[in-house]
Amino acid sequence: MTTAVSSTCPDCTESIPVAGDVRVTSIVVCPACQAELEVIGVDPVEFALAPEIEEDFGE
Amino acid sequence: MKPSDGQDGPLAVLTTRTRLEERLIFAALERRGVPYAQVDDRTIVEHLQSPSPVRYSGVLNRIMSHTRSGYAAKLFESTGHRVFNPSHVVETCGDKILTSLALVRDGIPTPETVVALTPDAALAAIERVGYPAVLKPAVGSWGRLLSKVNDRDAAETVIEHKQSLKAPIHNVFYVQEFIDKPDRDLRVIVLGDEVVAGVYRRSDHWITNTARGATTERLALAPDLVKLALGAARAVGGGMLAVDLIERSSGELLVTEVNHTMEFHGLAEVAEVDLADLIVGHVLEVLSA
Repeated sequence: MTTAVSSTCPDCTESIPVAGDVRVTSIVVCPACQAELEVIGVDPVEFALAPEIEEDFGE
Repeated sequence: MKPSDGQDGPLAVLTTRTRLEERLIFAALERRGVPYAQVDDRTIVEHLQSPSPVRYSGVLNRIMSHTRSGYAAKLFESTGHRVFNPSHVVETCGDKILTSLALVRDGIPTPETVVALTPDAALAAIERVGYPAVLKPAVGSWGRLLSKVNDRDAAETVIEHKQSLKAPIHNVFYVQEFIDKPDRDLRVIVLGDEVVAGVYRRSDHWITNTARGATTERLALAPDLVKLALGAARAVGGGMLAVDLIERSSGELLVTEVNHTMEFHGLAEVAEVDLADLIVGHVLEVLSA
């Protein structure tokens, strides 16, 4: 589940550039620490650590 | 769930994450002017005796978890929604044992497969197939936890390791012959009664999955391949499906799995078709029939 919330990377505090059409639940990768982040708000843009991939995730 | 306009409300798109595939699907819906509502699977709450009055014109299920996907499909079907893909297709495709049973039942060529229900019986299953054998989790994807077992020592080790994974599903053993294929497999996309695209997935590793770094190349859709893919899709219940195949060194094609919530980022890089738009078109066509 989501934990920390930030307009920067909640893991390493790096500022994250995002595209203008980003939407909630999009996944971005922090360019500094490579953490997967989930967009949880767009006005302003906010990130949280992305949910873990679970064992039964797939196609 | 969000409010809608009634019976002809928006198309619900159930998601876990908004990946490239979902972004392409949303873009296709917007280009076509199709109203839709993204429904995050973490927000779904349904009272079974008093179900939500929210109505959708249909439900496109892009949930990444097999467990959640199957239950979500059941919940929406219980309130009369048409779900893509139907829950029975999700159940079959999400479980390799059920998939293999369906393929074998319909005479679709597939690797020799043996199932054992306990660790005690696993070694016999592996040796029935012979070495090298491939062990796959009955439920799982992206090439995770696949094991190529070359001899009895390795088999005993893998069985012991799987026993240490406490989930009961890990103590059911799905064993297949190892196919000494070329450095590629094939993925063919079926929408209803039509094969719309195909790619080779190439890797130096014996697991040729794009989630494991395989690259994609365009694949010509030969008639025998089309027939086989359609047969495999029918066997698991039909719908919008990605059929994965491998080749024996003789060239014989074997179906290995059929995916019910297809990823197509690799295919999108090389295919000439706009698969997201074809998926949306298929959904709309079925809903309007």
